[in-house]
Amino acid sequence: MSAHNTLWLTIAVPLAGAVLIAMLGRRPNPREAVTLVTSGALFALVVRLWFALQAGERPSVVLVETLPGLPLAFNLEPLGLLFASVASLLWIVTSIYAIGYMRAHHEKHQTRFYCAFAIALASTMGVAFAANMFTLFVCYEVLTLSTYPLVTHSGTQEARRAGRIYLGLLLGTSIGLQLLAIVWTWTLTGTLDFRHGGILAGTASPATIGVLYALYVFGIGKAALMPFHRWLPAAMVAPTPVSALLHAVAVVKAGVFTILKVSVFVFGLDLLAGNSVTDWLLYVAGATILIASLVAMRQDNLKARLAYSTISQLGYVVLGALLANSLGILGSTLHIAMHAFGKITLFFCAGAILVATRKTEISQMHGLGHAMPITMTAFLIGSLSIIGLPPTGGMWSKWYLALGTVDAGQFVLLAVLMVSSLLNIAYLLPIPVRAFLQKPERGKIKGIQEAPLPCLAAILFTSFGCVALFFYPDPLYRLAQLLVTR
Amino acid sequence: MAWLGLYNYWVVIFLMMAGFYAVITRGNLVKKIVGLNLFQTSVFILYISMSKVQGGTAPIVDNEFAIYSNPLPHVLILTAIVVGVATTALGLALVVRIRESYGTVEEDEIHDLDKSF
Amino acid sequence: MISQHLPALQVVIPLLTAPVCLLFNNARVAWILSLVASSVALVIAALLLQQVLTVGIVTYEIGGWAAPWGIEYRIDPVNAFVLLIVAAIGTVVMSFAPRSVASEIPEQQIALFYAAYLLCLAGLLGIAATGDAFNLFVFLEISSLSSYVLISLGRDRRALTAAFQYLIMGTIGATFILIGVGLLYMMTGTLNMADLAKRLPLVADTRTVAAALAFLTVGISLKLALFPLHLWLPNAYAFAPSVVTAFIAATGTKVAVYMLLRFLFTVFGATLSFEAVLLPTILLPLSLVAVFSASIVAIFQDNIKRMLAYSSVAQIGYMILGLSFVSVTGLTACILHLFNHALMKGGLFLALGCVVYQLGSADISKFAGLGRRMPWTFAAIVVGGLSLIGVPLTVGFISKWYLVLAALESGQWWVAVLVLIGSLLAVVYMWRIVEVAFFQPAPRQGSQRREAPLSLLLPTWVLIGANIFFGINTDLTVGVAQRAAVWLLGGAS
Repeated sequence: MSAHNTLWLTIAVPLAGAVLIAMLGRRPNPREAVTLVTSGALFALVVRLWFALQAGERPSVVLVETLPGLPLAFNLEPLGLLFASVASLLWIVTSIYAIGYMRAHHEKHQTRFYCAFAIALASTMGVAFAANMFTLFVCYEVLTLSTYPLVTHSGTQEARRAGRIYLGLLLGTSIGLQLLAIVWTWTLTGTLDFRHGGILAGTASPATIGVLYALYVFGIGKAALMPFHRWLPAAMVAPTPVSALLHAVAVVKAGVFTILKVSVFVFGLDLLAGNSVTDWLLYVAGATILIASLVAMRQDNLKARLAYSTISQLGYVVLGALLANSLGILGSTLHIAMHAFGKITLFFCAGAILVATRKTEISQMHGLGHAMPITMTAFLIGSLSIIGLPPTGGMWSKWYLALGTVDAGQFVLLAVLMVSSLLNIAYLLPIPVRAFLQKPERGKIKGIQEAPLPCLAAILFTSFGCVALFFYPDPLYRLAQLLVTR
Repeated sequence: MAWLGLYNYWVVIFLMMAGFYAVITRGNLVKKIVGLNLFQTSVFILYISMSKVQGGTAPIVDNEFAIYSNPLPHVLILTAIVVGVATTALGLALVVRIRESYGTVEEDEIHDLDKSF
Repeated sequence: MISQHLPALQVVIPLLTAPVCLLFNNARVAWILSLVASSVALVIAALLLQQVLTVGIVTYEIGGWAAPWGIEYRIDPVNAFVLLIVAAIGTVVMSFAPRSVASEIPEQQIALFYAAYLLCLAGLLGIAATGDAFNLFVFLEISSLSSYVLISLGRDRRALTAAFQYLIMGTIGATFILIGVGLLYMMTGTLNMADLAKRLPLVADTRTVAAALAFLTVGISLKLALFPLHLWLPNAYAFAPSVVTAFIAATGTKVAVYMLLRFLFTVFGATLSFEAVLLPTILLPLSLVAVFSASIVAIFQDNIKRMLAYSSVAQIGYMILGLSFVSVTGLTACILHLFNHALMKGGLFLALGCVVYQLGSADISKFAGLGRRMPWTFAAIVVGGLSLIGVPLTVGFISKWYLVLAALESGQWWVAVLVLIGSLLAVVYMWRIVEVAFFQPAPRQGSQRREAPLSLLLPTWVLIGANIFFGINTDLTVGVAQRAAVWLLGGAS
């Protein structure tokens, strides 16, 4: 199959899957089979694109010219491919997990769930492969809308409230800030294509560029940069598979991916490096990292703690983008993948604990390791990856980010990274440690077994991935290198 | 003193304002329609007075006369009068139906009944 | 042979079908006649648009009397576009009509209903087609009078008072337009718009012409429902029969915007120094106030038809905002939104018509849990709502894009910010509907809460589908709108 066709198929296949899932609503087993087949097919397509990229091909697809000079177009480039690979691989894993979870929990509206999932993945692929900012914006908005039913899945009052915050913040930032920035860019340059070295060089004063960049960074609400981060903890009301994929991989990663894409391909690193507004934004990112870590420490609800941890980790990726040097971009790009694997492991474990024990608060989880050893070991591995310790892949991305801060002379931010790692240890490690080393309360864990088998399989896969990425980060590293060396 | 010579326009303005005043301040629906009619009449007079040519006679071709008043505004006003009549008829029909439904044609009473004005 | 007479046929066919409906006095026959007449009008409008785009302006002399003494129909890109959307909405609404009308209007009045509808359609098409200022007034009154009748046919007795209020305000507006036209005639001696455009610059500095401009603008603004002259609109839309609301919401105010465009840019175009002062300083703040105040009021409405009516006032504010920039992009945005909003509101009101057909009411409290019982209807409402908000892939986004672009090009970036904040207000009131329909549990009783019949769903989805189609493929809409904008700013004749 030609690379050209593969490219648009990556978006068409999940959409077709969504339609099939909707039609098979009454028959759960075929419906689940469709999800698995679709996710597998998607990953196969992405792998095909890997080979194309290695061979030096750069296919592009133009669907339709919606506005004069603004086509809906997709193309293949390293950053997008990395994001797409992570998302599509983890979709397979999450689907397996979700099947186990949703059935064990006897969740309602499962057809709507799987259908919305597929549409969300289709739009994620669209974000990954967008060839211009217009296409990216379209897919970004579709992602927001398709994840709304997932966030509000349970239909309770709390879910409704969370949905309002979710939609309000994400649509508010995207329509109020990002769209303004996009139209402004259009008036300045006459194009919205993504190009190496950016499209804005020489079109406006540094002050204008600074304001424009700030509009983009705050307008991309999915990156959860403070003060527009509130939607992330609110969205934790969703079922765990949703939190796992969407809020550890697809939605938040789409946000930081967009920031990276805008920084590298719309502004260009040279333009950003010399601009004083990026300094100010760096401090916002640094503050986000620290404040979110501090708040995470105070959360007793496991998912809430993981949510704030995610906000903090996203700050890392934004930080790398704002450093505007090749080491920073390298670190950010790697962190997209490393954090995805680490966080999804943690969320899977949280969900497994919920299904097996009905416990959500960390204070209830001491001694759990005796009853659920596999889950808690995986939690330990995931924590190590987030903290950035060997033998997990998270170490590499933190390493390059730290190097990036040194290279840019931002020693304050280096200190922020160090302190944040310590804070990560403080709010993540106690959980598995207490689970294994402390004795459980009398009689509280009798009869608790490990999570359902599909969930366990998924957990094992992702924790294995965390470790594997330590020993073999080459494929990702090579992609990231392609991004910064052009 | 040229102002007095423009008496036709003063009449127009007076009628227009009187009609407008009636529409706005009177609560009785029939009186509103009457006000509307006054308002429209002022416009008729405006057109007619614009068509009068000094020294002109009625616009019927005749060899004795050289100057005629402009016939076009007369035609326009005939159309406008018809429109006015249709509007009045429709308005009054609506008032009859409102009377049947509400039992009154006073605006404030209808508002009390239904919060509809 | 026929193609030479298309401009006249555009208006004559609906006009003559109206009394024929009355002659037969049978509901079914009247409906078929209306549907056929609307479809023929649509075909003619499409043909005219094609002619205008390929050949240039199409003129037609009524009765063979040459302009400027005779009445002339003059079709250029602007009104060809308006003709197309009015006829298209008319046809779709007519295909929706039979069941909805049968459930809302007494049997013996249905033939009268269709007759009034055809007169209204003829009036609107006439306003768009004509090139004579007084002829425009005549058609304006034809469409207005018939719309008063149509609105008064609603089930609720408040439809009568709504129609009465609209009658009073609408007649004042039309009379103001008449005064304006009269003053223009007084100064130039002609009623033909193209001729007026040639002669006005010579007398432009007089107070009479300034007064004429003022009267015309205020009169048309009344018909437009531009804030603060919008008071008739919410009640009229809320209490009229569903089909009437859908038709008038999608066409009436759009044609009024066209009238404003025609007078300001074609007739007064050469005396642009007037507009240079008038438009930005008066229309821009008014339109912004319209957007915000109407959107905020919409959030608190419980009757969904009223909510969408206030939403319409806000959207009209957007159109006038685009107009007030007096640039090609601004006018493109205005004309584009004219078309797009007709699609949006037409689709939304038809979807509401489906709900009213099943439930008998449009009160939000009755909507609980309806999202699951009437999935197709509510999917249509959601898509229409997304279009109102301006989500990409819908026509609303395209309009917003051009509006923001126009604001940025004119250097007034704060207007762009306000436009975008206005869209976010739309999120609030649309999401109220979504939450009640999808999140609240359905009440136990109410067995008539089934999905609306296919004959009602199909026309709704035609319009809603058009929202998405023209949101992705904008060749027709943006292309014609841009040509029309360039045409308007380039001058008349």
